[in-house]
Amino acid sequence: MDLSVQIGTLRLKNPFIAASGCFGYGLEYAGAIDIASLGGVAVKGLFLKEREGHAPPRIVETPAGMLNAIGLQGIGVHRFVNEKLPELRKLGATTIVNVCGSTIDEYCEVSRVLSDHEGVGAIELNISCPNIKEGGIQFGCSLTGTYDVVHAVRKATRLPLIPKLTPNVTDVPSFARASAEAGADAISLVNTFLAMAIDIETQRPKLTNVLGGLSGPAIRPIAVRMVYECRQAVSLPILGMGGIASAEDAIEFMLAGATAVQVGTANFADPFIWGRLVSGLESYLQRHHLSRAADLVGLAHGPAKAHA
Amino acid sequence: MLIDVTAEVISNTRLSSAYNVIALNAPEIAANTLPGQFVMVKPARGIDPMLRRPFSVFEVLRDKGGRATGLSLLNKRVGVGTGLLYEAQPGDRIGCLGPLGRPFVPVDPPSEAWMIAGGVGLAPFATLADALVVRKTPMTLFYGARSAADLYYADRFEQMGARLALTTEDGTRGEAGRITGPLERALASRPADQPVTIYACGPTPMMRAVAALGARFHRPVFVSLEPVMGCGMGGCYSCVVKVHRAPGTQHQAPSSQHPPSPPATAGQAPAPSTHFVRSCLDGPVFNAAALDWNALPDGH
Repeated sequence: MDLSVQIGTLRLKNPFIAASGCFGYGLEYAGAIDIASLGGVAVKGLFLKEREGHAPPRIVETPAGMLNAIGLQGIGVHRFVNEKLPELRKLGATTIVNVCGSTIDEYCEVSRVLSDHEGVGAIELNISCPNIKEGGIQFGCSLTGTYDVVHAVRKATRLPLIPKLTPNVTDVPSFARASAEAGADAISLVNTFLAMAIDIETQRPKLTNVLGGLSGPAIRPIAVRMVYECRQAVSLPILGMGGIASAEDAIEFMLAGATAVQVGTANFADPFIWGRLVSGLESYLQRHHLSRAADLVGLAHGPAKAHA
Repeated sequence: MLIDVTAEVISNTRLSSAYNVIALNAPEIAANTLPGQFVMVKPARGIDPMLRRPFSVFEVLRDKGGRATGLSLLNKRVGVGTGLLYEAQPGDRIGCLGPLGRPFVPVDPPSEAWMIAGGVGLAPFATLADALVVRKTPMTLFYGARSAADLYYADRFEQMGARLALTTEDGTRGEAGRITGPLERALASRPADQPVTIYACGPTPMMRAVAALGARFHRPVFVSLEPVMGCGMGGCYSCVVKVHRAPGTQHQAPSSQHPPSPPATAGQAPAPSTHFVRSCLDGPVFNAAALDWNALPDGH
C-alpha cells in the first residue's frame, strides 16, 4: 500500500503533517514519538528575529475547539537553522518551515536564509495568522497583497512554496488563484477563524489579546467546504486542515481535494495520534480496494457513486 | 520516560462539594514520578472537553512492598473537565499522560524544608514530603485555606513528621488570616546560619508574597506554577511565564525527559531582560527569583 503523496517536488511518506504552531519545533516531541514517521513537520512560524508573543492567558477551550492568541512567539530564523534544523535533519524529519514577516522583504529574507541551509523540505508562507497586528494577515486578506508576497518570495527561493490561507475572507478560492498565479507550488488551508470568548463573571474577554483564532473539530465542516471550493478553483496540491482528529476526518479532507492534511489541535489532546492516523488510512484504503492514498484526492468531486 | 495510559479509576473520595481525591491505576507513571511532577489528564473521551488538564501527582500509591500501584490527584471542580473528575466513578477510564515537567529538588539536612500550600496548592507536596522523609530533612507544612473544612490531609503530613502551621481566613482552624503571617514570623525568628529552603504552591498572590518574603530574608524559594496549559509537551506555547534572562537565576533541576532550553544567544540588538518560557518544559517548578512576578496573571 502506498501512502506517499507529492507536494510539488516534495515527497511525503504519508499525508499526515503536524500543523505549524501546534508542534513546537518538532524536537519537543522527539522523545515521545518518531517524528520521521510523520509525513511532515510544520514548525512554528519564524520571523527574522526572536519574538516574544502575547501575554497569557493565550488559550481558552471552547465547545469542540479552542481559541489561541499565542502571538507567534519564536526564536527567529537564525537560531532555528543553527539550533533546531540540524537536529531535525539528524532525526530524519521532513521539515516544512512556516515563514512569517512584517514586510515583504522580511518574508524574502527569512526564505533566503532557509534556502541556504540543508534540511528544509518546503516553505509554508504564513499570510494568515489572525493574532498579530503587523504583517501576516494583512497580506492574506488582500488579493494583491497575497500575490505580491508570494511572487516576491517565489523569486527568493527554489524551495517548494506553500502559502497558508486564511478563512477570514469572503472568497477563499480567489486567494488560491492569486497564490497560483504568483508561482506557489501548493496551498495550505485553513488557518484559524478569528473568534472571541468572554468571561461572564469578570465580564472581560478571556484572552489577554481579546481576539484569538478558533481551531478544532468545531471548524471542520467549514474547512472541508473551503478545501472543496479551492480544489475546484486551482490545480495546485492542497494541504488541508481544520479540526482533523482521526483518520476518518483526514480522509474527508482528501476526498474534498486535499493531497495532504495537517493535524494541530488534536495533537494537544493526543500526542500519539500519528500511528492511529496511518493505520486508519491503511484500513480505509484496504476496505475500498485502493492501493494509493493519492487516489483519494478529490474523489468527492466525481460523479456520484452508487452505494455498495 | 513518558507514558500514556487510559487508567481505571480505583477510587474517588469526595472531600467536600468542590474537592475530591481521585486514584488512578497508572503504576508505570507513578513509579517514574519525581516530586512535583505533573500529568496531563483527559477526563472524557471525545471533544467535550477536548484538551487535557494538568494535575500535579498528589500521591504515589504503593503496596506493602513499596511498589507503586497507582497515583492520586487532588481535584477542585471549577469547569467541565474538573467537574467530570469530581463525578468519576470507580471503573471509569481516564486518559493520563506523564510524568511531565521539572521536579522539585528535595533539600538535604541540615537545611530544613518549609512547604507553603494554599488550598488545592497542597497537591505537589505529598510527593515532596515522601522524598524529604527519605532524606530525613526536617519539614514544616504552612497550609492556608478559607475554612477548616478546606484544610485536607494536614494530619497525613503530620503523621509523616511534618510540623504544621495552619491558617484559615475565617479562623475556624489554626490562626485566622493568611499563611504568609506565620511564615513571616518563622523567617524573622530563624537564625541566619540555619539554612531553610522554601517550596510554595497556591494562588498567584500567595506565591508572589512568599517569593517576596524569601527575597527579604535571603532564603531560596521554589514555586510550582499552575498556568493554563494546552498540551504539556512544549507544542502549544500557551503555558508561558516570564523569566529573567540573567545567568545564574534560572532553576537547574535534574533534567526530566525533556532537554533543557538552549541558552539565549545575543542577536544584533540587545536581548530583552525577560522572556517567556514554557512552564511544561522549564517548569512547573521555578526558582522564584527567576520569575518576573509582575507579568504573572493573578488567575494562575
